[in-house]
Amino acid sequence: MTDSATVWLAIAVAGVGTFLIRFSFIFLFEYLSEVPEGVERALRFVPAAVLAALVVPAVVLVEGSPAVSLGNERLLAAIVAAVVAWRTESIFATIVVGMVVLVGLQMVP
Amino acid sequence: MSSRRGSFLDGARTVAPVMVGIVPFGLVAGAAAVRVGLSGLHAVGLSVLVFAGASQLAAIELLGDNTPAAVVVVTVLVINLRMTMYSASLAPYLQEFSTRWRAAMAYILTDQAYALSVAEFRADESVNRKWYYLGTAVPLWVVWQICTVVGVVVGARVPDSLPLQFAVPLTFLAILVPTITDSPSAVAAGVGGSIAVVGSGLPLNLGLITGAVTGVVAGLVVETGWFR
Repeated sequence: MTDSATVWLAIAVAGVGTFLIRFSFIFLFEYLSEVPEGVERALRFVPAAVLAALVVPAVVLVEGSPAVSLGNERLLAAIVAAVVAWRTESIFATIVVGMVVLVGLQMVP
Repeated sequence: MSSRRGSFLDGARTVAPVMVGIVPFGLVAGAAAVRVGLSGLHAVGLSVLVFAGASQLAAIELLGDNTPAAVVVVTVLVINLRMTMYSASLAPYLQEFSTRWRAAMAYILTDQAYALSVAEFRADESVNRKWYYLGTAVPLWVVWQICTVVGVVVGARVPDSLPLQFAVPLTFLAILVPTITDSPSAVAAGVGGSIAVVGSGLPLNLGLITGAVTGVVAGLVVETGWFR
């Protein structure tokens, strides 16, 4: 086990670095009169691209390898949940249906 | 403009269902730290100073494996690099607030607070942005800290992973689907997700940021019509 002081150092540096990442453009924009048009157009795609990069691996990867098959219960649950999200735009309904489908599939032997 | 209180409560109401995923995730973040041999204070330190779940779990695993501190730090920063894009995306909406307020808002920036707030800012010009953002971000911070402490105390009785942790990707999915409004945004999501899967084996968790950046570029390329 790494000694406690080294762990604290890692936590502190990671914490400061993460704060600087978060603050970066929120800070810098003070010195910018307006957003360049190209940047503004690119920023429109940030939610879709980043959220997909978070969701898809969490759903598709099984023990580190892509598993696009009926045997992947999380993938099936996510597909049903995506339909619910599209129809209802409700976070709560999406989570509930996704969880219920996942637990249901896991009970099927 | 909407009132401070009204906007804060609107934000808080929007973020409420997100807690279904945050609670088990926070418990695991506390319990996992203790399990690999870190102290409870280390776990709380991570939650207060880093405050970014996925990177905290990665750091805990690496510290438990005696990974050099520099590798731990770089891994955390690479996982959190996506938040530069959130920062850029939110910046125009927060420009009017003091540096001190913007620093505070940056400290509590999360995937969920970003995605929910930016969707609201785009849909409703009249919302009180500062208070709506705080309404989404502050409850996440408070619940995350409490759950970390509970996870530390309960420790080994929290399993390695909880089925309810799946609620976190489901939350992202629920926020993702309404952001796909046209073919460029659909391409951004499709490419972002696919590249993140392909890159999942890359060292230092580089797959996430690679997928995110590629997705944004792909959306822009399709919108511009460069490939036609």
